[in-house]
Amino acid sequence: MATTEAADATLAHAQATARLAPKLTVREEIAKFVSTKPLGAAGAAIILGMLFVACFARAMAPYDPYVGDYGQQFARPSAEHWFGTDEFGRDILSRIMYGARIALFVGFAASFAGCTIGLLLGVFSAYVGGRVDLLMERVMDILLAFPQLILALAIASIMGPAVQNVVIAIAIPIIPRAARVVRAAALSVKEFPYVEAAQALGAKRRRIILQHIIPNTMAPYIILLTAQLGGAILAEAALSYLGLGTAEPTPSWGLMLSGSAPSYAEKAPWIALFPGIAISLGVFGFNLFGDSLRDALDPKLRQKR
Amino acid sequence: MRTYLLKRLLLVIPTLFGAAALVFLIMRVIPGDVALLIFGGDQAGHIDPKQLAAMRDRLGLNDPLIVQFGRWLWGVLRFDFGASLWTGRPVMEELLIRLPLSLELALLATLVSVVISIPLGMLAAARQDTWVDYAVRVISIGGLAIPSFWVGILCILLLVIFFGWGPPLEFASPWTDPWANFQMMVWPVLTVGYRYAAVTTRMTRSTMLEVLREDYIRTAWAKGLQERAVVIRHALKNSMLPVVTLIGTELAFLIGGLVVTETVFTLNGVGRFLVDAVAHRDYPVVQALIFLTALGFVVINLLVDLTYAWFDPRIRYR
Repeated sequence: MATTEAADATLAHAQATARLAPKLTVREEIAKFVSTKPLGAAGAAIILGMLFVACFARAMAPYDPYVGDYGQQFARPSAEHWFGTDEFGRDILSRIMYGARIALFVGFAASFAGCTIGLLLGVFSAYVGGRVDLLMERVMDILLAFPQLILALAIASIMGPAVQNVVIAIAIPIIPRAARVVRAAALSVKEFPYVEAAQALGAKRRRIILQHIIPNTMAPYIILLTAQLGGAILAEAALSYLGLGTAEPTPSWGLMLSGSAPSYAEKAPWIALFPGIAISLGVFGFNLFGDSLRDALDPKLRQKR
Repeated sequence: MRTYLLKRLLLVIPTLFGAAALVFLIMRVIPGDVALLIFGGDQAGHIDPKQLAAMRDRLGLNDPLIVQFGRWLWGVLRFDFGASLWTGRPVMEELLIRLPLSLELALLATLVSVVISIPLGMLAAARQDTWVDYAVRVISIGGLAIPSFWVGILCILLLVIFFGWGPPLEFASPWTDPWANFQMMVWPVLTVGYRYAAVTTRMTRSTMLEVLREDYIRTAWAKGLQERAVVIRHALKNSMLPVVTLIGTELAFLIGGLVVTETVFTLNGVGRFLVDAVAHRDYPVVQALIFLTALGFVVINLLVDLTYAWFDPRIRYR
C-alpha cells in the first residue's frame, strides 16, 4: 500500500516537473552547461583529459616510469624526453602520466569515502535526533578541532607511507565536515510534509531515511564531494611532499617534488616545474567544475539579480 | 548574551577533553612498539632488550593505559608535555623558541590576504558573470589549486638562479633587525598569503552575491543610488561579518600552509618543528603540537564566534 502511494506521489511530482521544464536530452543538457557555465565546462574538460591520461597511461607513456637510464640523468626537455629526466634518468612525462592515476585514485577514494561516511552519520544523527544527535555533534566537534592537514598528517605519520593509508588519512578529516553539512540539510528535509506523510503511512525508519531523506540531501552531498576532490588531490601532494604520503618509487606528483628534488632543480629546473604544473592543473580543473556545480545547484545563488 | 557566552564556553571543555583523548589514542595505536620505533624501528634483532625495557619504563609504557592517560591529561592541564626524545629539552621550551616566527608569518600572511582579497571579491560580485568576474574567479580558483610548497620551491629557485640568493638561516627578530627579518619573511609571507587570499576572495564574492540579493539592496537601487554607494556603503558593510569569521574558519588553511611553507623555506617555526618531529618519531613533540594546534584552533574559533554574535544583532543568543 505504502509503496504504491509513494510511487504515485513520485510520479505526480515527476509529471509536474516535466510540465514546468521541458525535458532536455543529454546533449542539450551538456550544451546548456557549456553555454551558461563556460568555466565549469573548462574544468570538466581538464578532468576528462586527466581521466583519459590516467586510463591509458600504459599505452601513452613513452618510457617506463620506474626504470631509470643512468646515461640520461638530468636530460633537458627534448624530442626524446619532452619534460626531461630526473636524477635517476627517469622520464618525467611518463612519471607524470602514471602520477595522474595516483592523484585521481587518492582524490576520488578519499573524498568519496569521507563524504559518504559523513552523509550516513549526518542523516542518521539528524533523523534520530535527541541524545544520539547531541553525542554525534560533540564527536564531530572534536574532530573539527583539528585543522584538516594537521589531522591527516598525524594519521599518516602513524600509519606509514602507502597509498591506502594516504586515502584513510585524507578521508577521516573530511567526515565531520560532510556530516555537519548533510545533517543541516537533513534536519530541514525531515520537517517536510512528505516525510510526515511517509511516517503516517507507517513507513519504517530505514525506508524513510533511504527513500526520502538521503535522496533529498543529494545536492549538498554532490557539492561537497566535488569541492573536496581538488582538496584531496592537493592534500595527497602535500603529504607526499612531506614524506608522509605515497613512498618511492611510486610516481606521485607530490613525491616528485620532495626530498632532494628542489636542490637538483637548481641545475635541472624541469624536475620541479612539470610535476607542479600537473598538480595545479588537475586541482584547478576540479575546483572550476565544483564551483560552477555549486552555483548551478545552490538555489540561493540560482536566481539572477 | 550571557547564557550564550556561558554555553559556548562550556562546550569548549568537552571538545578539548575529547581532543586530548583523541591525540592520546592516535599516538597509542602506532603499529608496533613506540620504544622500538625510537631505537630505529624495523631491525628489532639488533637492539638490546635491556635498553628497550629501560626505554619503555622511562616512557611509562609499562603502566596501565588509564594511568598513562591520566598522566597525559595532568600534563596537558599544566602545559607540561615532557621532553623531546630528540633533543632532550622540554617540549614547551622548544616550542616557545619557534612560536614568534610562526605567529609573525601567520599575521603578515593574513594581512596580505585581506588587502588583496576584499577589493577583488567585491569587484567580482558586483560584476557577476562578466569577464571581470571570470578573471577574478580564475585567479582565485587558480590560487587555490597551486600547492604552496611548489610556489615556495619556485620562489627559491628563481631567487637562487637569478640573484644567487639563499634563504637566511638565523631568525632575525623584527624588533632588533627589521631589514634582515623582512628579507627572511617576505617570500614565505607571500607564499602563504596568496593561497589564503584565494580562499578569502571566493568567500567575499559569494557573501557579497548573497547580500546583493537582499531586499534593502533593492531599496537602495530603487532610491536611485549610484552603484558605488550601493556596493560600498550598503552591501560591503553587511558582507564583512562572514568574511571576518573566515579569518577564523580558514585558519586551518593558514596552519596547513605554515607547516608546508616553513618546510620549503627551512624556517625554524612551529610547522617545521612538527614535520621534523614526525620524521624523527619524536612522539611527545608530535602529541603536544597536535594537541596545541587543536587548542589554538578551538580558542580562535570561539573568539570569532563571540565577535560575530557581538557584532551581528540578528543572531539570537540561545
